[in-house]
Amino acid sequence: MPDILLRGGRVIDPMREFDAQADVLCKDGKIARIERGLAVPGAKVIEVKDRWVVPGLIDLHVHLREPGQEYKENIETGTAAAAAGGFSAVCCMPNTSPPNDTRAVTDLIVQRARDKGVVRVYPIGCITQGQKGETLADMGELQEAGCVAVSDDGHGVMNSEVMRRALEYARSFRMPLVQHCEDSALSAGGAMHEGMASTRFGIRAQPAAAESAMLARDLELVALTGGRYHMAHISCAESVRLIREAKRRGLPVTCEVTPHNLMLTDEACAGYDTSFRMNPPLRSASDQAALRAALADGTIDAIATDHAPHSPVEKEVEFEQAANGVIGLETALGLALELVEAGVLTPAGLVMRMSAGPARVLGLPGGSLAPGGPADVTVINPHAAWTCDPTRFHSKARNTPFAGRNMRGRAVLTVVGGTIVFSEESFVA
Amino acid sequence: MTKGFTQRHLLGMETLTREEITTILDLGERFLEIADRPIKKVPTLRGKTVINLFLEPSTRTRTSFEIAAKRLSADGVNFTASSSSTVKGETLIDTAMNLDAMNPDIVVIRHAQAGSALLLSQRIRAAIVNAGDGAHEHPTQALLDASTIRAHKKKIEGLTVVICGDIDHSRVARSNIFALRTLGARVRVAGPRSLLPVGVEDLGCEAFDRIEPALEGADVVMMLRIQLERKAGNRFPNTREYARYFGLNPRRLALAKPDAIVMHPGPMNRGVEIDPGVADGPRSVILEQVSRGVAIRMAVLYLLGGGSGEGME
Repeated sequence: MPDILLRGGRVIDPMREFDAQADVLCKDGKIARIERGLAVPGAKVIEVKDRWVVPGLIDLHVHLREPGQEYKENIETGTAAAAAGGFSAVCCMPNTSPPNDTRAVTDLIVQRARDKGVVRVYPIGCITQGQKGETLADMGELQEAGCVAVSDDGHGVMNSEVMRRALEYARSFRMPLVQHCEDSALSAGGAMHEGMASTRFGIRAQPAAAESAMLARDLELVALTGGRYHMAHISCAESVRLIREAKRRGLPVTCEVTPHNLMLTDEACAGYDTSFRMNPPLRSASDQAALRAALADGTIDAIATDHAPHSPVEKEVEFEQAANGVIGLETALGLALELVEAGVLTPAGLVMRMSAGPARVLGLPGGSLAPGGPADVTVINPHAAWTCDPTRFHSKARNTPFAGRNMRGRAVLTVVGGTIVFSEESFVA
Repeated sequence: MTKGFTQRHLLGMETLTREEITTILDLGERFLEIADRPIKKVPTLRGKTVINLFLEPSTRTRTSFEIAAKRLSADGVNFTASSSSTVKGETLIDTAMNLDAMNPDIVVIRHAQAGSALLLSQRIRAAIVNAGDGAHEHPTQALLDASTIRAHKKKIEGLTVVICGDIDHSRVARSNIFALRTLGARVRVAGPRSLLPVGVEDLGCEAFDRIEPALEGADVVMMLRIQLERKAGNRFPNTREYARYFGLNPRRLALAKPDAIVMHPGPMNRGVEIDPGVADGPRSVILEQVSRGVAIRMAVLYLLGGGSGEGME
């Protein structure tokens, strides 16, 4: 592996409160030096003037669909999409087929990621066996095999007693618990957010309270158990209020938000286009405003895509019959840069929410360019104009709500452990 | 003849203008007379193919469309299924493309999912008539209701129309709210809070959680069936209690104007949302709605099918 010298870029590393022009030397898979005017004989020099050089982006919430649903996505295509989107690491959710509730499944994911993965893959195991919400999964063994957290993502843990014991048991292993907050009795049949838009469109809907009611219960259980709790894909104003208050109480709580919930509202379902169907659903404009404010003030710790690939079989159907989920790995950074343009995030804030924040949430390596740390680096051209064309995605899937959107800014180079895993052809000779 | 109507499909009332609605209503009046002729048929849509694609159980709407097509001399074909096409393994889009390959002129669709008529219109060359898509819209019902109201009240603008019952599951309610608002009526919806959709006031109507205050001073009372097949049953204790507090009986009807008319899109659940004495009473226009339904559907098929006007005079 040759040394890589990224020369002349704007290095943004909020964990070290660093934001200045500097050269970055990657050596033996680690960050070696960050200084101005570095000259390293033998190093591969990449000129990155006018580019941002940031710690590799980390996505806490991705569905790689392997094993079992490789027709939608697999570890190779999913991680290639991640690299193209500027992510050097992804956490993959356990709702595969079979679900990742046993060591054998984690072993397989880790093995496939080692053989075919383009970026780092951190598996997340199940909270309960089969994600059924009844019996705890083998959390100790899952962790030993490589799982960094547990989640029944796609389902909330409905039974309060099971949730309590899960928080307690996971705490023994210092495993964060990632909850998909959804009271399934309250949300049953709801294909979009309940509000004026769903009433107009006649689409069966779920209230925001299906999310916030479970969150409110969970926060009481966190207070009871001291368990480390991360809320997946926060989507409504009431949940923001609850998380903000929980953090004020000093509870060990974090949360993430999706780019689509930051950029779109329930009105987007007007055309019954299934590319706008996901769970949690697109919410009202006031929910969206609350999410943006919470992202800006740090109540929300991370942007996570909930990249959920589906084939046309699941999506080329009536809205209420379509599968939930949209892909996001190859659009997230462009959308986050829109938030920088709109003044919601500073450049350092973007790096916080897409790299340092996610690393801190699950205690992952990276998230900073500190010398001695892994050489996971993303180079961003914040000015590149491009149009979202799903046919050019590295992902197998095309189910994005942002097709045709004009974007500004994208990843042009992704480095994982000192190896270039993605580069724009025009960029690196 | 088709002046004032340029839509290619009839997907819903939300997007129609007052002129377009009035054009359909006026034409419906002219078609009404054909039902009284000894030979109830005009040749205006001769050679046109109309497919009734009914993927949800329906008797009266399908029959009404079928009769409408026959009276216009169109060739009607019924394509029915007891359940959604996907249950049989075929997607709606595949069904649509198969139908398109047979080159029909008009496809009338009834489907359990909101947005299905729009989806069909995006995939097929024929004109699409929405005969009910989930809880979204049922435009020909709103049109025949408007036709009935106009016949009795000589106008729609300024009237107070109350829609009572299972508003949340009702495409009839939505289409009527859109149509009646466009035509200048005041619309009230009423029912137990658990059957009122969130934000319904924002559609331009007043919402009441008891029916008595809604009925006060009403010109038109429209009762809706409880859609038990859409699990409306868990929204209230039982039909006996529902009838007691939300059913239309003579005592409650007395709160409306003395000349108020009573409507129901059918099928009725006698003794639940409507007392038999009211349903069969002098102010009920329920069967007239059905008669006008055929004429209105003839008008819609005529406008979308590019009718010749032959035999109309």
